[in-house]
Parts: sequence; C-alpha cells; structure tokens
Amino acid sequence: MKIALSWLSEFVDITESPEELRVILDDLGLVVEGTEIVGEGLDKVVVARIDEIRAIEGADRVRLVVVDAAKGPLEIVCGATNISVGDHVPLAPIGAVLPGGFEIAKRSMRGVTSNGMLCSATELGLGDDHRGLMLLDNLIDPVVGMGLLEALAIIPDVVFDITVEGNRPDAWSVEGVARDLATRLGRELRVPALAAPNSLETSASFASVAIDAPDLCGRLTVSVLRHVRVGESPGWVKRRVLSAGMRPISNVVDASNLVMLELGQPTHPYDAANVAQRTLRARRARTGETLRTLDGVERSLATDGRGLGDTGEDCVIVDGDDRVLGLAGIMGGASSEISATTTDVLLEAAYFDPMSIARSSKRHGVRSEASNRFERGVDPELALRAAARFVAILRESSPELEWFAAPLDVRGDLPTPSTVTIRDGDIERLLGVAIPVEEATALLRGLRFEVSVQGRELTVTAPPARPDVRTNAAGRADVIEEIARQHSYRRLPRRTPTWPEPGGLTPRQSLRRVLRDVVVNLGAYECWTPTLGSDAEFDLLHRGAPRVRITNPLASEESVLRATLLTGLARVWAKNTERGVGGVVLCEFGNVFAHPEGASVPRMTKGGVGGAIALDLPLETERLTIVLGRASDDARSAVALWTVLAARLGLADVVVRQTLSPPRGLHPTRAAELVDRATGAVLGVVGEVDGALLDAVSSAPTTQRVGLVDLDLDVLANRELARRREEFSAIPTRYPSAVIDLAFVTPRTVHAADLAHELRATSELVERVELFDVYEGTSLPPDTRSLAYSVRLSSMERTLNEAEVASTRGRLIAAAETLGAVLR
Amino acid sequence: MTSSPLDNLADQTAELLATIAELATIDQLREAEPQLTGKRSLLSTLQKTLGVLAPEDRKDAGARLQEARRVVESALDGRRAVLADEARADALAGDRLDLGDVVVANVVWPASVGHPSLVAITQRELEDVFVAMGFRVSEGPEVESDWYNFEALNIPPAHPARGMWDTFYVDLGEPETVVLRTHTSPTQIHLMEEAVANHSLPIHAVMPGRCYRRDTPDARHLATFHQIEGLVVDRGISFADLAGVIETFTRAYFGPDIESRLRPGYFPFTEPSAEFEVTCTICRGEGCRTCSQTGWIELGGCGVLDPAVLDAVGIDGDEWSGFAFGFGIDRCAQMRHQIADMRALIENDSRFLAEFS
Repeated sequence: MKIALSWLSEFVDITESPEELRVILDDLGLVVEGTEIVGEGLDKVVVARIDEIRAIEGADRVRLVVVDAAKGPLEIVCGATNISVGDHVPLAPIGAVLPGGFEIAKRSMRGVTSNGMLCSATELGLGDDHRGLMLLDNLIDPVVGMGLLEALAIIPDVVFDITVEGNRPDAWSVEGVARDLATRLGRELRVPALAAPNSLETSASFASVAIDAPDLCGRLTVSVLRHVRVGESPGWVKRRVLSAGMRPISNVVDASNLVMLELGQPTHPYDAANVAQRTLRARRARTGETLRTLDGVERSLATDGRGLGDTGEDCVIVDGDDRVLGLAGIMGGASSEISATTTDVLLEAAYFDPMSIARSSKRHGVRSEASNRFERGVDPELALRAAARFVAILRESSPELEWFAAPLDVRGDLPTPSTVTIRDGDIERLLGVAIPVEEATALLRGLRFEVSVQGRELTVTAPPARPDVRTNAAGRADVIEEIARQHSYRRLPRRTPTWPEPGGLTPRQSLRRVLRDVVVNLGAYECWTPTLGSDAEFDLLHRGAPRVRITNPLASEESVLRATLLTGLARVWAKNTERGVGGVVLCEFGNVFAHPEGASVPRMTKGGVGGAIALDLPLETERLTIVLGRASDDARSAVALWTVLAARLGLADVVVRQTLSPPRGLHPTRAAELVDRATGAVLGVVGEVDGALLDAVSSAPTTQRVGLVDLDLDVLANRELARRREEFSAIPTRYPSAVIDLAFVTPRTVHAADLAHELRATSELVERVELFDVYEGTSLPPDTRSLAYSVRLSSMERTLNEAEVASTRGRLIAAAETLGAVLR
Repeated sequence: MTSSPLDNLADQTAELLATIAELATIDQLREAEPQLTGKRSLLSTLQKTLGVLAPEDRKDAGARLQEARRVVESALDGRRAVLADEARADALAGDRLDLGDVVVANVVWPASVGHPSLVAITQRELEDVFVAMGFRVSEGPEVESDWYNFEALNIPPAHPARGMWDTFYVDLGEPETVVLRTHTSPTQIHLMEEAVANHSLPIHAVMPGRCYRRDTPDARHLATFHQIEGLVVDRGISFADLAGVIETFTRAYFGPDIESRLRPGYFPFTEPSAEFEVTCTICRGEGCRTCSQTGWIELGGCGVLDPAVLDAVGIDGDEWSGFAFGFGIDRCAQMRHQIADMRALIENDSRFLAEFS
C-alpha cells in the first residue's frame, strides 16, 4: 500500500523526518518496503520548446536539437526519436541534479556541445515510460520556460510503500496507519470531513435494498445520489489517487477509490438508470448464471468448488429484474458502470463474509483492491461513514448533487466483536514483563478497543474493525500482541531459557554426518540435484512404474517426484565432463519417492478438513548415492569406497554379493548388492553406472567407466537390519601368529566373501582371513577362478606348533571343499 | 494378362526377409543395408519400372511396392534391435566382473579431498549451535498432508493466509489434500502430537529440511530451498525467552558483534508474531545496498505458539506454552558467502562446489 506523507499528515501531526518515520512504522509492524520521493531533483527542470532538429555529422544515434526555454536558443545533443519541431519537453539545464543523483554537465561530442539534457518521464521519476522524451503537449498547455513542477502542479512529497500484514485489515488505509502512529506517538488523530444528506427525500422513495444471503452479505447500504455531474476530479483528488499508484478515471470512480484508500471501505457506484427498479439485492449465485465483469471476462458463477474448502458459492448483487450486476465485493459488471452520461448514482457500501470473498476470488482468479480488503475483513460499521466521505469528496466537483436522507441499510449476519479478559499476570506470562495497566489501557483505547478496568484485570472489547481478535486464550494472545506492538517489541526484555534435557542429533543424523565425512574426505563433491523432473527423466530408469505427480507444476519438466538420485547425478557428471571440469566423485544425500500404489508400505497420515481422512502418502526414503567419475574409477573403486564406509560404520558382516538382476541404471554384469549376512537386509548396491544411462544424459557417447555406490539410509540406520560389530573387544594375543596362504579353484557361483566366512568359522585359531589375489585364466576349469586367501592363525594361550598349523590347514581345505572350492 | 514388373514381388520380398533374418552382426547389417533398401536395391529398381504400366495399374502397383518396402524396412529395424541387444548382451557378458572378487588392497585410489555442499555445511553449523544451546535435531517428510502443512498450524482451508505460501499440490486422491511442504513447520506438529501421545513434553527441538514453493526461481529464491525451524514447548515460556534464544543464536552463529532485533509480524501459528532481523553482515550495521541502508537484514519469522495450534495438537495451554522460529538455511549461506545468484547452488558445477569446505 502506497501512502503519501502529505496525506498521512492530514490525519496526524508528523514532526519526524521520513527516515525517522520509517523506523517507527517498521517497529509498529507496518513494514516500509520502499520510500519514493516525488518531485525530488526537479526544481531546476523547465519546459522547453523544440525549434530545430539537425543531424550531427558522423553520428547516427544522436541528433542536435535546438530548444528555447525562454533564455534564447540552446543546443542539446539528444538520442530520442519521438520528437518533432514544435514539441514541448522537459529540459534539465547544466547544474541540475536529477532524481538518483545524476548531475547534468556540459558535454562535447563529435565537435558539438550539449548544454543540458532533454528528459524522459523515467529520468524524472515521473513514470515508467522510458521509450522517449516526456511530451508535455499531451498533458498540459505548456508555457516555455516555466518550472516543470509548477507546470505539472507537482508538490514534492514522500511516498511510503507499506506492507500490511494479513491480520491487520484495520491498518490497510491512511486512517488506519495514522491511528497506529497517533497511538504510538501519543498524538491526536484527526478525522476527515464528512457530508450529510442534503435532500429531504428519503432514499426509500427512490431505491430499495435486500439481503437474501445473510451469511455471505453481512451488511448492504445504498446511498442515493441524484444530479451528479460526471467529469474530472479536482487536482488534489487526482494527485492522491496517483500517489497510491492508481489511475484517475472520473470524479465518481476517483471518489470511490479515494474513500477506500483513506478509510479502508470499498464502495461501488452504480448508474441508477441501469439498475432495474433501482433495487440492489445480495444473493447466492445460481448454477448456470454468468456475468461479464468490468475486465471484459465472461464468468460462470456458482460452479463446482475447486480445491479444499471451496464450497463453489458466489455472492452476487442483482437488480430488481434479478439480473446479476456484479460479483459482490470482488468486481462489478459492465452493464451498470458509471458513464459520462450518468446522473443518478446508487452507492453501495457493504460488508461481505471474508471467507466467501476469498473462495470466490481464488476460484475466479480475480483479485481487486476491493476483494483484497473484504477477504481480510472490512470494518462492518464503516459503510455509512465511507458514504458520507464519498459525498464530501464528490460534491467538490459536482456541487448540485443531492444525497437523499436515510440511506438504505440492511443487515445480515455480522461477526460479534470479541470480548476477552486480561487477568493479572497474563501479560507477564506471555511477554515476560508486566506492562502497567495504565499503559496497556491507553494503548488499547488509542486503537479503539473498549477497556474496562477492575483492579488489575482488564475487560477488553475489540473494535468492529478488528475481526482478527478472537475469543478466550487466542483472543488474549491477540490483545496482548497489540499491547506489545504499541509498547514496542524492542523494549521487551530478553531472557535465555535453560532446561535440563540435553540437546543432540538423532542416530540417523549422526550416521549421515559420518557418511558425509568419509565420502568427502575420500574425494566426493556433494551435489544438490532437482527433486522434480520430467516424465522422460523418470522413464530413464523407471519406465512403466507409477509415479508421484505434481498437480500444478511450474513446468512439465518439473512435474514428477524423483525415484532415484542417480539420473540427477549422472547429468551433473555429464555436464561437468562437457565443461572440461569432470573427473570427480559426486555424491548426494536426498529423498526419493515411491507412489503409494507401488510402495509396499505406504506412509499413512491424516488430511483434509480437521485432519479427518486417512491418506496414503508416497513412501519417502533417504538415499546416499555416489558416482565415481575419475579416470581410474570403475566398479572396483566403488567396492573399495564401500569397504571403507562399512569399516568406518563398524558393520558386522556385510557381503558384496553379485546380483544378476540389479536395479536399472546399473551395469547389469558389474553390479552387486550389499547384504547383511545375518539379516539378509540389502543396504544398497555397488557397481558401475550403465553406459546406456550415461549416453542418454550426455551429448556424445562415452566409453568411460563410472563407479556407483547407492545406499539406503533407512536400512543403514536400522541397527536391527544393518548390524554393527559387537561391543565386546578382544585384546590381541601376545603369542606369535602363523600366516598361511591358500589358493582355491572356486566355482563362480561361490562368493569370495562366503568362502572367507567359511574359512573363518573353521577353527577358533583363525584370527583373520583376507582375499589377496584373484586369478582367472584358461588353465582353470570353466566357470571357476582362483581365490587366494591369506589366513592368520594364532592362540591366546601359546605359540602354535607345526602340527597344529598343519592340522588347521587341513581343516581349512576341507571346509573349502564343502563349498566346492579345491586347493590349487 | 500382361506381365507386370511386380509379378514376383511376393517371392522377392520373402527372399529379402530371409536375407535380413540371416544377418548375424550389426556390421553385416550395415553393409547389407544399401542393397536391401538403398537406391540400388531391388525395391528401388522396381520403383523405376513402374513407368511402363498403364496409369490405372500404376497406382495399385505403387501401393503394393510401398507396402513391400514397409515390410522390409520394418524387418530391418527389428533385426537391428535384436542385433543391438545381442551385441549389448555379448559386450556385457564379456565385461562381467564379480564384485565379490575385488581385492580392495589393489584398487587405485587417487588422493584428493572433496567438498560437502554449501547447504550441508551451513546446516551443520546451525545444528551445532542449536545443539550446544540444548536443542535436539528432528526431521520430517517432504510430502505432507494438508493437516500438517496448514490446518493444524491454524491456517484453515481456503483461508486467505494460505496465499502466503505458493503451494505445490501432489496428485493423490482428494484435490489439495497432499502438498510438498511449504515450510518445515509441519515437523512441529508431528513432534507435538508425538509428545502428547508419549507424554514426553517438554520439547526443545530444531528441525532442518527441504521445502518447496511454487515460485519461479530467481537470483534470491529457488523453488526448492532449505529451512531450519525451532520449537520450544515448556512450562513458563514467554516472548522474552524467544527473544533471548534468537539473540544467543545470532551471536553464536554470526559473531559477537552481530545483534538481533524483533519487529511485529504475522504468522497464523504464532501470537505475538515477529520478524527477526540481524545486523547486516556486509556493512556491520553501517548501511549498504544489501540492507537498503537500514543496517539490518531480515532473517526469519518467530513468535509465541498460538493457542489454536496448541489446541489442534491437544496440548493444555494453561500448563504449557512455547515459541517457534524459522529461517532459511540457504539464505544464511547466501549472506555469509555473498552469493550473487542462488541458482549457482543447483547448477552443481564442480568449480563452484570446490569453493566450500
């Protein structure tokens, strides 16, 4: 909301500088988003007439313009093309400092001297039109040499752009802001001049009004104005309307807008000649009815509700023939618009139910200055005061108008202003400090709250303008917030609380930190890839799978929730490679989503109005995916990285188990699952990224091998599934160990880790078993390879003798044979 | 009946199909292709002979030839796909590596250090500050129901306050009942509901996480972003405690010369509500472009828990009270590192990633 300082000053004395005022407004929660200074730097700018335009030799972008500003001809170099001889334009002479601090100096170029600058509206801070010079002939009857401020009747002013929060409908007006300021500064609030009906004829003799939908329309008032002369508004009205960022239209429309800006009450003027039987009625729209609104759009009314909480209802204003004139409180229709020939006006000032306005406005996609105010809640008692202000303004430009006595006024359901009791200690309990009863009372009364004091207890009734104030505990909080706001948050005390409960991370969070530290310290760059992708992106690895869709995506490329981190990381790999900055390890922690149809255990939650329905939500699982893209990387690097991770996590016994049906995206013959041997839980997969995926995300085919580790953090964090080493710790023996190397010709179907496990279990003398060589060759039987293990034997009690070593060796060989592995 | 150049077309087509079926490799197929469908192929030769036919026969013959060509080309494409699959299967079989047989000690691992993401670094620093202040760290899901994201937070359906959050709706069941969370606040509701169910009040927690808003990305905003939210529910908690926690956090995270201040704001789930600002970290309060000459930068929102929220989760507001606060993790990172364009964070250029550690 834009508010000019000059306007605000009519309501309250302001002695503060604009900067000081800005700080006060901010502290009241009326946040100043910007300050605009109107007319700044224009005091030296004058009206000049263009007498001659000449080309400059060697220059094609600029021309030499000779102007007269009542001090003889002046040569100026100018790049504008929208001018011709005889036009009047603003001239900033040498020495002028334009808005923004740009100082005009004498400049020479291509042998000619420029003695000033001809200006566009943008350069003067007077508009957005920067396409050419500001042509004054369109605006005024220009007088050569006259100061521009005088010529355009501009009065220097400061305009604040204030954001009013959703719970402060009362502050969405000049008077509302002024009231906040007057209360804070302890000054008087001046109210604007109001008119009184000046005709003895009663409104009821000319027009009638009714409410058929009392729940949607809480109050409908109609003022009858006859002998209105539609024309231009006086200068001050136009200036006010412009200062608020609106466009002057006619004296009737401008007065309506001015009242809304000043007091916060939207009003709607109808041409009485186009209102059948001069009757206005508020009712529910019926299905099938349509309305062409002022913006020229034909709208279907009372359609099915769209979205949660939308009843589909619309409140409309109809005339005596039951013809729909407007979408109540949102936008009027074209048929009863004020025109140049209007002489009799019905002025509607009403109260509409905020929620129904919000629903209609959202469903029809129409937001207007009126709907914005009604949906937050307009003061239901403001209507006739706004009408009186409207007439006072309009009368200046239409002095013969007659306002009929006893404006029509019918009421439907109106909110009852809340009354709450502030008990002794309530303020201190909420704010941490006791604000004296006298101060609290004064602040609240400044804001028009009714306060009665019984000892140290206050009974507070909110003014009708404050529908945001609730009842009971919530209402108490609302009232105390108002006291705190006016008292100033900055004056409230601060106290840092302490409590006995310790802070800390969850096991999942600690796990994530350990994993991140390990992979980063081993060289990984952590990425952040998109959660939302296209169908094509999803289909790369999950063709045919049900997908979780966004109903209202920003773009179709961002319409499906990802089911993997791999495609995103593969793209990062490809992009960096193409930029010549690849050759790195990439990783990402992130959630992936499975459609409840496809998830074995959908997540249940409650939803809908009152949390009344149970919903199946997508299964969300967190993954850590690592893509190894250095020149030396392949599936082996991925296994090595996993081995380090597993050791760091202290996992008890997870085997890298070759899988023949790996998830898509993995190289099908270079993939393995990470399986907890005891529980069978799969912690993730390792391997290589499928070359087909890399090709799909790259601009050129690639032959590079890219390693992959993809971990399921939900399983990894579950100590029941991903078992850690037992806490018991063995102290190494003091006796020497014996190391024997054994190579077995082993069928391919036998996992190296399973054989190692078998060897380890053979005897309690086995301290450690480690695979140190794998040999494949034609000298071996088909579908076998040689696995060489180093086996370390030791005893806690003694040095092992040769016989013991030999017999253990025999048992190891026998154990291997049970799996079909033969000593080589 | 006159003889037509196409009298033998059926047999000729069958021959071509047989030839295609015998092609054994992609290379063979590539070699044979010009003779099967190219300019010198039988089909092309036949095409040229159509000119001898009477115009009324020509149309019919043309159609037959067209159909024959379609059959041959489709067989060729089919064969190509089969051969490509076979080639891939052969290549994969030849490429086979039993990962259980990898001798980790023999793997080459070039030494170099990596880099956590800037968001992760920032989140960790923030978590550490709050953990030291006695907060537990909690997390919640990114897909939420309306109840958790809005209604329990005192934002009823169709309420204009919902306009404060541009929401992505998830297409599951009833319209607008499932959303991508627009803030981390739903985690507060989960925590409070759990605490009520387990009789485990008080709560002192911070909740970091990823959020989504339907907002076209620009230099200062991304549609996907990270927030951290704080929640305290305890006995005797007031606005003063909130202001104190904000102040302690500000000094701990930004440094001892950075101050915080509160000004009135509006959030449906807190009352009184406040925006909190910190001394501009660029100019240290002197006034600069970043802070619009005010010396202060808006960081986030906070307030005392609204009684309506306590009601929604079933906490007795006479016994318990609390406060909540929240702000952007990415925004903290942007402030600290003066990142001109937030979109760099999702670009994932390795040179940018390497700037943070």
